[in-house]
Amino acid sequence: MTSLIETTDLTRILHEAVPVTLVRDVTLSIGEREFVAVTGPSGSGKSSLLYLLGLLDRPTAGTLKIRGRDAEPMSEKERAVTRLTNIGFVFQFHFLLPEFTARENVEIPMRKLARLTRAEMRERATGLLSSLGLEDHLHKRPDQLSGGQRQRVAVARALANDPPLILADEPTGSLDSKSSEQVFAILEALVNERGKTVVAVTHDLDMAARMHRRIHLVDGRISEEEGAKPGF
Amino acid sequence: MHLILDIAWTHIAGRGRQTFVAIVGVAVGVGFSIAMAALMQGGQDDFVRQLVDTMPHVEVSDEQRSARRQPAEDVFEVAAISGLRPRDDRRGIINPTAAQSWLEEWMPGRFAARLNAEGVIRYSGREVGAVVIGIDPEREESVSPIVEDFREGSFAALTAGGNNVVIGDTMASRLGAGLGDTITAVSSEGLTRNFKIVGLFHTGTTARDEGEAYVLQKNAQILSNRPNAINRISIKLDDPNAAPAIARRVEAELGYKAVAWQEANESILEALVVRNIIMYTVVAAIMLVAGFGIFNIISTITHEKARDIAIMKSLGFSEADMRRLFVLEGVAIGGAGSLLGWALGFSITYALSLVHFEIAATGQEMTRLPIAWSALHYLIATASALGSAAIAGYLPARRAAHLNPVDIIRGAT
Repeated sequence: MTSLIETTDLTRILHEAVPVTLVRDVTLSIGEREFVAVTGPSGSGKSSLLYLLGLLDRPTAGTLKIRGRDAEPMSEKERAVTRLTNIGFVFQFHFLLPEFTARENVEIPMRKLARLTRAEMRERATGLLSSLGLEDHLHKRPDQLSGGQRQRVAVARALANDPPLILADEPTGSLDSKSSEQVFAILEALVNERGKTVVAVTHDLDMAARMHRRIHLVDGRISEEEGAKPGF
Repeated sequence: MHLILDIAWTHIAGRGRQTFVAIVGVAVGVGFSIAMAALMQGGQDDFVRQLVDTMPHVEVSDEQRSARRQPAEDVFEVAAISGLRPRDDRRGIINPTAAQSWLEEWMPGRFAARLNAEGVIRYSGREVGAVVIGIDPEREESVSPIVEDFREGSFAALTAGGNNVVIGDTMASRLGAGLGDTITAVSSEGLTRNFKIVGLFHTGTTARDEGEAYVLQKNAQILSNRPNAINRISIKLDDPNAAPAIARRVEAELGYKAVAWQEANESILEALVVRNIIMYTVVAAIMLVAGFGIFNIISTITHEKARDIAIMKSLGFSEADMRRLFVLEGVAIGGAGSLLGWALGFSITYALSLVHFEIAATGQEMTRLPIAWSALHYLIATASALGSAAIAGYLPARRAAHLNPVDIIRGAT
């Protein structure tokens, strides 16, 4: 099995008046079909690590390889294309574009990639949303949906271009327990049924316990890791 | 690209009122620029047209630009000559027949020879100083702007037999004479002759209407005691802009001073250039103000859309996409404003062209605002509107594109 993401001594320091170390010397490897939880107390750098893995942020030191390719020498444009094709994001807040309907939001990454025809995109977006139980809400704008529904639209959007890697930043953090459970089940299904790799930042230890692998961060370092598949 | 257009459209359409205000801002800028340019250009064109129409394009007179070269200057290396007097030569342009047939050969236009003589017109005890102009009516008609300004009679009436004269209406009223009355012309030579008024003209130029009397060339020659002489050749060209070159050629060949209309009105034309600069400065200032309006709205949009920018970047949009998006929004507002501005500019220009008024006091009377309809004004206004819109969109767009999505996602609540 090949690894999707490999990092060596990944470090991110914010150069403020007093330098803040967000992530320090993180070395890890994440393969396909993994369900990884990143846990840790607040301020431990979980989200920062996730942004680094998602190419939203550049590391201060260390290397990051995505599907064997070093991200360091990539241009801003290449990074954008890599995000578009290989990575789907789900944030704590749904982060949908407010002026577009649920289906249009899901179509946007596909249109940016422009690999399908418009009819195919529509079909795929409808299919994705329906598979997440949103077939009745295709034409609603985000402000007409509930929190759980929005988060499911966000998941559908993350899946739009069929990326192998889904990065989720507290995906259930702002949801009630019922919606949380629903979203968690969907993420779990992504791994088990669609063969995706999901890396989710969470502070919910119960939820983390139900995932395949847990990476625990303290002060930006990996303090504890369990459940890693043999061979990594 | 289609997607970017779509998002840009959604952003603009989603903020109807603000977008409308920005578009109206641009439209007012474009509209007023167009109307002002039309007015300024119209005024200038009208002015130049009057210059060109009322004056001969090239006027050859029997004067010379510099004094005749003296033999002493040829013989000695240095010679100072003082007390030089012009030659007492009353023949006017020497050898006029040869000069005229030479001009006839190549002149791209029409010309007429005249004899101008200073004199006084007298009628029942009243006197008015005048230039008595001896003309060949047939030729003069092809050159003179007065042809269109006849109130009564015409140049042709001069040949009708007897001694006839055509004068301006202002002179006629100052003399108290009317059509058919007989006036007396007195030349500087002291010769006197009676003429019957067979035509009255009104050009609107006081100096003309009050100070010119047209008679047959023969009569003018007799009155001033200069048989067969002419001292002016007025040339009307097919292309007025060729006047300086023609004037140079004529002057070089005939040796007499030949003045093109541009030379005669140099200071006025210079003033027009200055006026143009002022006009375009004002137009640019208007567009700049409109540009600030666009800058303002695009700035606001990028601020409010900071989160969306972060989302789109996290989805895989590049910085270039984000820049394009907001520049596009600026240009869209600029474009819509320009279109509306065309309509506004056209309406204002049309309204101005309907304004009628009369000024008789200044001599030149104007009965409506001179307006120039030119597609160029619309193009210039649009180009500067789109240009400032692109810049006004680009500056905030660049900043927005640079935003680090992480900062925004972290700060989100």
